[in-house]
This record gives sequence, C-alpha cells and structure tokens, in this order.
Amino acid sequence: MNSNVYLYILVMAVVTYLIRLVPITLMRKEIKNVYIRSFLYYMPYVTLAVMTFPAILSSTANIWSGLVGFIVAIVFAYRGNNLFKVSLFACFAVFIIELIV
Amino acid sequence: MNNNITYWKNGVKDGIPIFLGYFAVSFTFGIMAKNAGLTPFEAVFMSLTNLTSAGQFAGLGLIGASATYLEMAVTQLIINLRYCLMSFSLSQKLDIKTSLSQRLLVAFGITDEIYGVSVCKSGKLNPFYNYGLMSIAIPGWTLGTFCGIILGGLLPERIISALSIALYSMFIAIIIPPAKRNKLLAKIILVSMLMSYLFTKIPLLSQISPGFKIIILTVLIAGAAALLFPIKEVANEQ
Repeated sequence: MNSNVYLYILVMAVVTYLIRLVPITLMRKEIKNVYIRSFLYYMPYVTLAVMTFPAILSSTANIWSGLVGFIVAIVFAYRGNNLFKVSLFACFAVFIIELIV
Repeated sequence: MNNNITYWKNGVKDGIPIFLGYFAVSFTFGIMAKNAGLTPFEAVFMSLTNLTSAGQFAGLGLIGASATYLEMAVTQLIINLRYCLMSFSLSQKLDIKTSLSQRLLVAFGITDEIYGVSVCKSGKLNPFYNYGLMSIAIPGWTLGTFCGIILGGLLPERIISALSIALYSMFIAIIIPPAKRNKLLAKIILVSMLMSYLFTKIPLLSQISPGFKIIILTVLIAGAAALLFPIKEVANEQ
C-alpha cells in the first residue's frame, strides 16, 4: 500500500458526493406535476420495503434470529413504538434467539 | 433559531438506531479494511468522506486489485446511483427557500438510512433535522470503522450480529405506522417486499446488484402506483 490509497478514497468520495449533490441543488422549484408528486409520495415506502426484505433475514448470524427480529420489529412498529424502541427490541430479540439456537 | 435547535435535537434522537446499526456495519468494514491492508487512518478517512456501505466495501476490493481510478469512479457511480433518486426526492421535501449551502450540507448526509428517516417526516423538511441525524450517524460510522480495525475480533460476534438488524428494524418502524392507517400503502409495501424477494430468487434477476435492484423496483412499483393511484394533494395525505 502506498499513498495512492488516498487518491482512490478521494475519487470514491467525489463521485459519491456528486451523485448526492446534483438533484438536490438543481431541483430548486416545486414540481407541480401530479404524476411525479405521486411517485415521490410512494417512493420512500417502496425503497425502504425493498431494502428491508428479504435482506433483514440474512443480516444476522442465522435466518431464525433474523426472522424473529423481523417479526418483533413489525409487532412493535405496529403498536406505534418509536424508531429507537423498535430497533432496540429487534436487536434484543436477535440476541436472545442466538443464545438459544 | 431555537426552533432549529429543536429540529437538530429531534434528529439526534431519531438517529440513535442509525448510530447502533452503523456501528455494527462499519465495525465489519473496519475488519475488512484491515485485511485489505489499509491503515486505521485510511479506513477512518474513507468512512468519514464516503459515508456509504456498499460503495466502501466495493472500494476495498478495487484497491486490493489495484484497479484504475476510472474503474473506481464508474463502480462507485453504479453502486451509489440510488442516492440520486433519494436526492431528487429530498429536493422536493425541502422548503424552496432552503439555501444552497444548506443543500450542500444535507446532500453529504444522503444515505439509505438518513434518507429513510428524514423523508417520512410529515410536512416540509427542516435541514437542521438532517444535521441532527448526521451528527449521530457520522460518528457511529467512523467510530465503528475505527473500533473494527483496532479491536478486530475482540467485540463478541453476538453483539455485532444483534446490532446488525438495527437498521432494517428501523425501516420497519418508519413504514409500518403509515401503512396501518392507509391500506393502499400497506399493499404497496407488501408488493415491494414480494418483488424484492423474487428478485433474489429468479435466475437472471438475482444477478442484478442490490443498488440497481433498488432503483429498478422503486421506479417500477412507485411509478405504477403513481399511475394507478395518483394523489391530488400529497401534502394532505402525509
């Protein structure tokens, strides 16, 4: 390894930042189009759902703890707990299951 | 001004699960960075400047393979292109009057998690809320990297495994409450999860990288939903 590791890191950082930067700085007007506004309304739910499942099942040491964590998260989220509590209960459930399985 | 501080504090509070999840993921990243031959400073520097998981893991591989800088740039572009969609989404969530310098700062913090938490807040987005999320997420990401590379196998695997579910369960905590009130959203979430699952099982589709899968399914499903169920007044729905 020599100093060009920093050049690699810099290239990565610049490309990644530009991707994040361009739309949010260029789109400075409110879009009125109903179709695009509807798309943007649905988008986060689709994106987050796609990112969560089935990845959550393989995020932990085994599929059973992942599955139990998934169910625990759904139950506590459904009962209206905040982000922190839901996450904590899911982590705790995974920990307990992995002590058993 | 006091109002902004309140937003910042709320961001920090809502960012605690991100801190836990980031710590676990970047801890693993730190271990891998060490295996790839990076010094602790290089690894932490990468985490601090990039703030992205998949891109950094891929970056390690490319550095190890002595890839060209162009290859590195193209790989990062492909893996992180989903941020472009998220950035577009946030551009409409921010108040029009939000200044350029504030947009520059918010942009730096666009990750899957910070996006997910901030975009689902009701009403217009105050940049200070995002700064709050960033104030706790970025230390989580860099501290995890540092601990991973220094401590390596010292932290029990059980703890890392348990923390690894934090981010996913946080996403569930974001999408379930609105779905409870809105049957259509619940159906869209179910379809999204089902399609996402199918994409991992169907032979050709399973070859698609996770970053692109997110883009394809988002455009497809949210696009179809917008066509079938357009919303006249989005602001009132949230």
